[in-house]
Amino acid sequence: MIIDLPKFLATEQPFWDELNELLLKIEADPQKPLPLERLRRFHYLYERTAADLGRISTFASEPDTRRYLESLVARAYGEIHETREKPYRLRPWRWLTGTFPQTFRRHSRAFALAVAITIAGVIFGGFATMFDPDSRHVTMPFGHDQIRPSERVAREEHATRDRLAGEKATFSSYLMTHNTQVSIATMALGMTWAVGTIIMLFYNGVILGAICVDYIADGQAKFLAGWLLPHGSFEIPAILIAGQAGLILGAALIGRGNRQPLAERLRAIAGDLVTLIGGVGVMLIWAGFVESFFSQYHEPVVPYTAKILFGLAELIGLSLFLWKSGARSAPETEVQK
Amino acid sequence: MSASRTSTLTIRTPEGIAFALQLASPVSRFLAWVVDIFLVTSVLSVLGSLVMILGLVSVDLALAVRIFVYFAGQIGYWLAGEWFWRGQTFGKRLLRLRVVDANGLRLQFSQVVIRNLLRVVDSLPLFYLVGGATTLLNARTQRLGDLAANTVVIRLPRVEQPDVTQILAGKFNSLRLHPHLEARLRQRISPGEARLAVQALLRRDEFEPAPRAELFARLGAHFRSLVEFPPDTVESLTDEQYLRNVVDTVFRPRTRETTAKPAAAELASPLEPG
Repeated sequence: MIIDLPKFLATEQPFWDELNELLLKIEADPQKPLPLERLRRFHYLYERTAADLGRISTFASEPDTRRYLESLVARAYGEIHETREKPYRLRPWRWLTGTFPQTFRRHSRAFALAVAITIAGVIFGGFATMFDPDSRHVTMPFGHDQIRPSERVAREEHATRDRLAGEKATFSSYLMTHNTQVSIATMALGMTWAVGTIIMLFYNGVILGAICVDYIADGQAKFLAGWLLPHGSFEIPAILIAGQAGLILGAALIGRGNRQPLAERLRAIAGDLVTLIGGVGVMLIWAGFVESFFSQYHEPVVPYTAKILFGLAELIGLSLFLWKSGARSAPETEVQK
Repeated sequence: MSASRTSTLTIRTPEGIAFALQLASPVSRFLAWVVDIFLVTSVLSVLGSLVMILGLVSVDLALAVRIFVYFAGQIGYWLAGEWFWRGQTFGKRLLRLRVVDANGLRLQFSQVVIRNLLRVVDSLPLFYLVGGATTLLNARTQRLGDLAANTVVIRLPRVEQPDVTQILAGKFNSLRLHPHLEARLRQRISPGEARLAVQALLRRDEFEPAPRAELFARLGAHFRSLVEFPPDTVESLTDEQYLRNVVDTVFRPRTRETTAKPAAAELASPLEPG
């Protein structure tokens, strides 16, 4: 195509400038809706610039103009053809009480699978401790294998000083960040077709089962419940929800029963993954506080019954929240394949 | 003509227009990561020391805040950078890289979060071995985080107008005697060929004599085959002179005084990352 280049550039440059200005405004404030007339103008400018790009793309002396037009068309294309919702203003309360539990319920089958895998781990860990006491050195982390439960209980109940005195905030921060990292890893390992997520969930179950059986067999069931329930009622569901997110990711990768292309399947779940892992983060902040400031205190400082009741109340409250919160505010469609 | 070794992602719009994004190489991405890691580590070390001033009030509180600052900094740096700088961190800016949606659409917050949270897997077992291997195997040089988030990392090339004045100054161009053939030549030369001719002329003094003669012979033969000029116009020209005339023909501003070609500066500024 032979075109009168100088005339072409002089004629079209104002339209390119106008499109660039409009794009800068849209990019600066994505939430602000454009009036209909401006939208029409925007669309016209995009089509005109795209046509200009088509005309100039083979013109040898104008590679820079071509790149400029490519850049303009690419930016406008992203705005015009984007069908996903624009990011809304941050509404943390609405997100926490609506979006998060709704997303959790939408993928309830993945959560049920995460629970089942963890229970399988609990059973395995429990049996391992029962029938192979030496396995405690493998299945019990954080030094629990070095001391009998009854010895620990005796030591805790007869302690003359607060062993966490002056370290509570540090311990709490450590727990929150460490557990959040574990949760992120559990979700991220969904990229291994969920194999890594399954291993993480199973291993967490093994640790839980091994410790529970160890304490119960040693006659320390009440101490165990009083120790684990206050923070575990949030911490364990948080890891399960991270596992739920990892399983969703793995399922999207495998794509069984879903004919959409891989990119579309992953695109469809991206927002849900972020919501779930965000909710997990909030839950772990609470669990970290409770574990550091409450769970580590035992009788005679805090009665076990009070700790168990507190933990049960948290568990019931969390269950109700996850199953009921936000149920009226928005329709929930089952998207899981 | 040798094929371009730069990987590109071509996006074709429903209007039938195609635009190309140059994909960043794994090496440039690794270098950007090294810059970012160095920056994050340095800043966090300073912040960590500053936070310890809180130890005057409570050592426990100071240590707790430091743990939070380290954790938030290690994750938040990439999240905040890529979200607020539209797909760039400091390292990416330095190496002129940018994260974009793989379909050319607007980068979403969820995409930024997912590609960064999945660094956990990409960084396994050490120094991003998994992620690096994935970028080498993937046609769009995506690591696992990019695959999950449907993003690619592109290179933002510098836009520079070729400085052809030093090639053409004061020289007579015999091809100007045939404006209609010049127009046909401009039509037939692709942008890549034009740039190759300019680069060959600009860098001609860097070649040894024999390779220089061979290079210009090959280029001359190619460009002569595009449009046939009358023998009396071109037969006395060496290959290098012929190429110089071709470049003059292609890049010479056509003087219709009322119109002006957009200045390079005007063109370049919108291309700069925002």
